[in-house]
Amino acid sequence: MDVAVFWVLAVLAVVSGAMVFRFDSMARATFSLLTSLLCVGGLVVLLGLDYLGIVIVLMMTIEMAIMAVFMVMYMMNPAGLMPMTMMHNKRGAAVVCGLVFLLLAAGILFAPWPARRGKSSADPTMELGMSLMGPQMLTMMTLGMALFATIVATVVLATRRGRYDRLGDDLRARRADDPVRGGVGR
Amino acid sequence: MADSAPLWAVFVLPVLLLVVALVTAGFDAVLTAGARGGRAGSVREAAVRAADPAREVLRQLVQQPRRTRASDVALARIGAALLPVAAMLAAVVLPLGFRSVSDLPEGIVWFNAMEALAWAAVWLAGWGPNSTLSLIGGYRFLAQGLAYELPHMLAITTAALGAESLRVGQVVDAQDGLWFALWMPAAFGIYLLSAMAMAFWGPFDQPAGRDVAGGAAAELSGADRVLFLGGRWLLLVVAAAFSVPLFLGGGYGPWLPGWLWTVLKTGAVLAFLVWVRRRVPTVRMERYVELGWVVLTPLAIVQALVVAVVVLNR
Repeated sequence: MDVAVFWVLAVLAVVSGAMVFRFDSMARATFSLLTSLLCVGGLVVLLGLDYLGIVIVLMMTIEMAIMAVFMVMYMMNPAGLMPMTMMHNKRGAAVVCGLVFLLLAAGILFAPWPARRGKSSADPTMELGMSLMGPQMLTMMTLGMALFATIVATVVLATRRGRYDRLGDDLRARRADDPVRGGVGR
Repeated sequence: MADSAPLWAVFVLPVLLLVVALVTAGFDAVLTAGARGGRAGSVREAAVRAADPAREVLRQLVQQPRRTRASDVALARIGAALLPVAAMLAAVVLPLGFRSVSDLPEGIVWFNAMEALAWAAVWLAGWGPNSTLSLIGGYRFLAQGLAYELPHMLAITTAALGAESLRVGQVVDAQDGLWFALWMPAAFGIYLLSAMAMAFWGPFDQPAGRDVAGGAAAELSGADRVLFLGGRWLLLVVAAAFSVPLFLGGGYGPWLPGWLWTVLKTGAVLAFLVWVRRRVPTVRMERYVELGWVVLTPLAIVQALVVAVVVLNR
């Protein structure tokens, strides 16, 4: 049963990954990639890491839905309702993808994997949490802050309007001047 | 501890959900007709009004479906079908009384992941028909998603934190004495808000709003429309039903059996949501984003902090 599920998910993941380059619509390409990632999430569940697998499904669904908006936004024809191709170095990208796939597959097949010592944990989610949050707490906190700072910095760099546009040169305006009606206190 | 149900429950669950969704839709239709044309004169008239949604389903199924030009039929179909499927999959961890189809060890994360599929579903259904209004509806839902998802995740995490488990059965067991809704009211309130927002319903119906001629559902017809709008009702029912094991003590209650308590509590939450829809005006998603990020998210974090301190000192 496990073997059958593995092959179905694995083949589906690879095929839908390859279809990203075949589809002539940005929406189809995006959701083909999402299918591939969801299959990977299923494979992780198959490995017994339920929590990680489900989190992959959760994160990737939301991420690819947002990604669809951005991919359509940055496209050559803005509404994105016309056929398109990924013109930018299609062949090069395919070659790179193929090479990386071969490299990883070769690594999987030829690496001297260690044999399992001891038994697998009864609650892998607990173990995962312990190993992330226990001895590595400082690393995780630093990482979290670094990621958060990156997000804030990116938004600050990307936005055209700052607080002086909103609240005037001396920041004393009683009402913020926003192009979009706000929700809190306005 | 929740037992896992026998295998036939897999087939009963969708039927049960459909019945509850149809009853809720019928109740809503009676209220709507009552508000428009006065109170129903007889029981028979009320029953005719309550059967309105069912008649509409049949009408959609037999009438000739419309098709827009250069539409991406495959994507629209996938989107429309994904919505009810996501609701059904999320319902797998719902306990009826103390039994769920599968009491996964990570049930709460599972529920969250499955309802997140609605993001993809609504956007696809909006994109597929190659029509401006439905595309606007799809984009609106993503904007709304950004508004509700963060406080929503924090709220359901708070419930898990209170029970020190991601297993829905253990969350229910932790409420044997005191319901979570009583000592984490902020998380409960945020959950109810996001339940409506995820089913784009009530004050959060802009993704399928009347101002864009039905938004994401504007161009859907026939079976696609039934699946999409039916899926939306299912999502509302499942989201309301999940608030029962998370915050309202699941099947616990005096005298009556557990399954009946679950049904009664779910019915009460659904009735409240139907009532809210009639009382609260539409909240546009750009307003809700700000409310969600400036007020609700910090509120949810403070609530989680309070619960964490209580749990640590237990």
